[in-house]
Amino acid sequence: MTTKKFDLTKFLAPMVLVILYGFFSIFGNRFFSTDYLINILDGSYYIGFMAIGVTFVIITGGIDLSLGTTMMCAALIGGMAYNSWHWPMGWCLALVLVVATLIGLLNGIMIAFLNLPPFIATLGTQMMGMGFGAIVTKVQTMRYPTFGTADGWFKNFFYKTTTGFPVGAIWLAAFFLVAFVLLNKTRFGRYTYAIGSNTEAARLSGIKTKPWLAAVYTFCGFCCGAAGVFYAAVYTSIIPSTGNGQELLGIAGVVIGGTSMSGGTGTLVGTIIGVFVMSVLKQGLMSMGLQSHWQTFFTGLVVIGAVLLDQYRVKQGNKVIH
Amino acid sequence: MSDILLEMKNIQKFFPGVHALDNANIEVRYGEVHALVGENGAGKSTLMKVLNGIYKKDGGQIIYKGEEIELSSPLDAQKRGIGMIHQELNLMPHLTVAENIFIGKEPMAGGVFLDQKKANQAAKELLTSMHLDIEPTRRIKTLTVAKQQMVEIAKALNNNSELFVMDEPTSPLTDTEIEELFRFIRSLRAAGRGIIYISHRLEELWRISDRITVMRDGQYVGTVNTAEVNRQDIISMMVGRVIYEEPKQKSCVSADAPVVLEAKDLVAPNVKNVSFQLRQGEILGFAGLVGAGRTETMRALFGADPRVKGEIFVNGQKVEIHSPSDAVKHGIGYLSEDRKTFGVATGLSVRDNCVMADLPNYRKGPLMNDKMIDAVTTDYIQKISIKTPSLRQLVRNLSGGNQQKIVIAKWLIKRCNVLIFDEPTRGIDVGAKSEIYKLMNKLIEEGKSIIMISSEMPELLRMSDRIVVMSEGAITGELDICNATQTNIMTFATMNM
Repeated sequence: MTTKKFDLTKFLAPMVLVILYGFFSIFGNRFFSTDYLINILDGSYYIGFMAIGVTFVIITGGIDLSLGTTMMCAALIGGMAYNSWHWPMGWCLALVLVVATLIGLLNGIMIAFLNLPPFIATLGTQMMGMGFGAIVTKVQTMRYPTFGTADGWFKNFFYKTTTGFPVGAIWLAAFFLVAFVLLNKTRFGRYTYAIGSNTEAARLSGIKTKPWLAAVYTFCGFCCGAAGVFYAAVYTSIIPSTGNGQELLGIAGVVIGGTSMSGGTGTLVGTIIGVFVMSVLKQGLMSMGLQSHWQTFFTGLVVIGAVLLDQYRVKQGNKVIH
Repeated sequence: MSDILLEMKNIQKFFPGVHALDNANIEVRYGEVHALVGENGAGKSTLMKVLNGIYKKDGGQIIYKGEEIELSSPLDAQKRGIGMIHQELNLMPHLTVAENIFIGKEPMAGGVFLDQKKANQAAKELLTSMHLDIEPTRRIKTLTVAKQQMVEIAKALNNNSELFVMDEPTSPLTDTEIEELFRFIRSLRAAGRGIIYISHRLEELWRISDRITVMRDGQYVGTVNTAEVNRQDIISMMVGRVIYEEPKQKSCVSADAPVVLEAKDLVAPNVKNVSFQLRQGEILGFAGLVGAGRTETMRALFGADPRVKGEIFVNGQKVEIHSPSDAVKHGIGYLSEDRKTFGVATGLSVRDNCVMADLPNYRKGPLMNDKMIDAVTTDYIQKISIKTPSLRQLVRNLSGGNQQKIVIAKWLIKRCNVLIFDEPTRGIDVGAKSEIYKLMNKLIEEGKSIIMISSEMPELLRMSDRIVVMSEGAITGELDICNATQTNIMTFATMNM
């Protein structure tokens, strides 16, 4: 009894993206142009990496509030290594990834092994990360090399080429593919869903749920590190004691993409669409001459709309077929 | 080779301050359905958790397939071929059937990647061999509970289990589904596997089991051949005393007793033109199969679900009931089938639960009047003998029977005269059951009237003065207790089908 019906709900999020893009192309001032397209891409790199990481976390039924400050803390320490300790650029970038991964591991240990609620554990690391970055840098803004300077290759490599090609988009796409395979084609991904769907059942099926759950948070930390590298590449200066609030953009992207906060379901395709919905909204409103607080307002609206949509979808999906 | 698959001998288990298992024994043969029964807290679950490697035993021996084993974890038990079918199904609802069956042992392609095609294929073959028509790519949450249970059995089969432990497998199933499950259990038995079958529904034992082991207070009471004993024997083994479970002989309500509640032409989803009368001092039983519309009728009556049409009369007066608070105002209390979700707030104390429905009468100005609340709660704890260490004990720490009594106390404190009991003894052990029965009879003596929905025939026959039978949303028969037998109830219950 397999009734393969055309599932309209699946296409709602991509449709919203297309409609938004169309809307601003008509009503925005020169929105339909390469410049704006590149702006849309540029603004989405670091959010995209965070959102990909936190998608895994949210599928397990958890949450990570430390995304933003983990990213900033790692980028600050990497910048410190570059500016003050005079490490080679490559090592500095590796340090960004390592610091963020370690914060993720700390989250994972606290949540999986010490049974702290994810909200509390990551609220703690959110504040600790913000403080720690400021302590290490002695509250100084860290500057990464700019185009054309000695280590400027790093911008060309991660942000845009000398010809202006948005190479960051390629990185995001590649990372998305890797994460997609990880989530859908490996044990790591399968157990991520299993834990979110019914942790006890997964445990009784013989899965070592604790290390796997810790691994999910660690992976999310790594993604925040990658976000930090791209943030540094695009925006150059990293200011201490910032970053809180950014996690909400990452989480909003996931939620707009239809991943349920209660765990067990969710897709990376949805997440990436969610991230771009926010980015299109931001640039689109800008092209209409509206300030960034309009963007904040409308993003909030979209989040609520997306969750209402999600509830409808879940209701449809839960119908028992006899 | 001996014909003994599993032997658990003199198992001991201590929890802080409790001797949970004291010389517990069970012996299962190849090709046997072995029932394990006992009141709640008799130690069945604890013993099975030892067998599943969740608890470590503090003494005794487990001999499995002729050799003594130590079980360290559920995974260890699984690897040895001990499959648990848990009471709360242990599946991942968002994952597909095949993903669930192969969880923890996914077929891989090239070491790193999952081979989903192979998993689907193998799952399909497995399900077909079980004569089950379930698509392996369906998500578990879209399946009925019965199908989910079958998937869980398939999962255990896939682990090459030789011993299946089924904990209350039939409680969520309809009669046809139970029949299907039993057919399946018999085929497992015919294939030489051993099954430990735990159930509260004693009448099932004679349909499915070969032998019965009874436990009481963590101890082994005895093992008997099912064919050689009757229900009464098992019950007295379980409780250690003889409880007479005789059906009521005749109605205790005189024909001219006033009608306290009348429903006329109730129509709601799965409720088709239902009309009935309840007299003062009467216990009106509602019989029917699962899904017959009994709960829906009562919820529509109580205002918990919207009604399409229908009139309700209380003491001869037509009343408007459109929400539970309307119903309560007219003295109707509803004891839901699912206590945890609807009946009690388990995180609150005994006293808070007792007065919850009647708070406005227990205040001093804008504040709660603790003295009055304590007084009335103490009064009812004694009156209906709720066993609780204190008024401030959290309800979640009480037994199922006592939780049920707290719901009753709540409605009595609210001065309800009509009480609707929906499956009042589900999941309650035999001893607590007879206390609930006693309490119901006492309520009747005090002039209350009761509607009782029950799926247990003996309970209906023992308690009711009159039995209304429903099928497919409509009333198909009404029997005075002196005419009611299991056979004619079943006849009405299967009408319209």
